[in-house]
Amino acid sequence: MAIQNIIKPENLVYTKSKILTDIPMHYCPGCSHGVVNKLMAEVIEEMGIQEDVIGVAPVGCAVFIYKFLDIDFQQAAHGRAPAVATAIKRLMPNKYVFTYQGDGDLAAIGTAETIHACNRGENILIIYINNGIYGMTGGQMAPTTIDGMKTATCPYGRNNEVNGYPLNITNLLAILEGTCYVTRQSVHNAGSVRKTKQAILKGFKNSMLGKGTSVIEVVSTCNSGWKMTPEQANNWMVENMFPVYPMGDLKDL
Amino acid sequence: MAKIKGAIVVNTERCKACNLCVVACPKDVIALSKEVNDKGYNFAYMQNEDACVGCAACAYVCPDACITVYKVKVEE
Ligand SMILES: Cc1ncc(C[n+]2csc(CCOP(=O)(O)OP(=O)(O)O)c2C)c(N)n1
Ligand code: SF4
Ligand code: SF4
Ligand code: SF4
Repeated sequence: MAIQNIIKPENLVYTKSKILTDIPMHYCPGCSHGVVNKLMAEVIEEMGIQEDVIGVAPVGCAVFIYKFLDIDFQQAAHGRAPAVATAIKRLMPNKYVFTYQGDGDLAAIGTAETIHACNRGENILIIYINNGIYGMTGGQMAPTTIDGMKTATCPYGRNNEVNGYPLNITNLLAILEGTCYVTRQSVHNAGSVRKTKQAILKGFKNSMLGKGTSVIEVVSTCNSGWKMTPEQANNWMVENMFPVYPMGDLKDL
Repeated sequence: MAKIKGAIVVNTERCKACNLCVVACPKDVIALSKEVNDKGYNFAYMQNEDACVGCAACAYVCPDACITVYKVKVEE
C-alpha cells in the first residue's frame, strides 16, 4: 500500500498534543523530562482541563516548563513548589494544581516543603523526576545519587559510608497520613510511558476528590550528566536505579 | 487475511536525533538520516517503510513529540 494512502487524517493514531507548544523544548536530546512534559500535555488535553489547571514550575532543568505547556503556571523558588501549590489550591480549590520537580528540588533543598505539604494532605499532584543528579548545574551529587554512582562531585562514585545513603523520599511520603496515592514509574519504553500516563491521570483526578496528596516519582535519566547516550542511560537506569527505586504503587487509597 | 500497515511522519525540525525511537521500534523501521536539520541534528526517518505496523512505540518514547503515527487495516 502506498504511503500516501496510509497518511490520512482518518488513520491517525498518535500525534503531538495541542497543549504542547511549538517552542522547541530545551532539554538535552533523549532527556526523560521531555517525555514527562509531553505526557502532562496529553493528559491535560484528554481531560479537557486546559483552562482549569495550574502548574508550579521548579528550579532545575524543567524551570522553563511553562513555555512548553500552554496552561497557567507559577514559578517557585528552588524546592518551594509544594508550598506555592498549597496556597494556590487553598485559594482556588476548583483548579487542578500540580508541581513538577526534580530530585534536587524536591528531595534536597525542598525536603521540608515536600514532607509538610504531603503530611498536611494538600489536594495537589506532585510530579517528581528522579534522575539521581543535579542536572541543570552540571551533574553534582544529589541526596538521591545511588551508591557507587559517579557524578561531578563524587567522580569516584558515591560512597554511602561517607556521603550517607540515597534518600528514598517516596517511601517516606507513602507512610504519611496525608498522601492518598504514591507510585514510582518510568518512561524508558512504550509500556512504561503508557503506565506513567495512567498514573498522571489518576493523580489529577484524586486532586479533586479531597483525598489528599498524590505523588508520582518518575525514575528518570540525565544522559548528559551521566555522560552516556540516551539508550545507554535507559539501560543503566533499569540495571542500577530500579533495584534502589523499584517500580510500582506504594500506596493507592 | 487483514494486515496492518502503518506509517510515521517525523517533524524533522523538532527532532534531536536522540535515537530512542530507533531503539523502540520493534520492526527496525527507523534510522537517523545522513542529512541534518537546521539545528544540526541527523533527524529520524522511515528507512524501511514497508515494515511499519503503526504500533506507535516510537512516538510514545520520543521526548520531543516529533512523531505522528498512522495505521490502516488492509484486506488481502
Ligand atoms: C536557592 C538556590 N540554590 C541553588 C540553586 C542552584 N541550582 C539550580 S538547579 C539546581 C539543582 C537542580 O537539580 P534537580 O532538581 O535534580 O533538577 P534537574 O536539573 O536534574 O532536572 C541547583 C542546586 C538555585 N537556583 N537556587
Ligand atoms: S542536563 Fe540532564 S536533566 Fe537536564 S536536560 Fe540535560 S539530560 Fe535532561
Ligand atoms: S509505528 Fe511502530 S513499527 Fe512503525 S516506526 Fe513506529 S515503532 Fe516502528
Ligand atoms: S525519538 Fe524523537 S527526537 Fe529522538 S530521534 Fe526519534 S524522532 Fe528524533
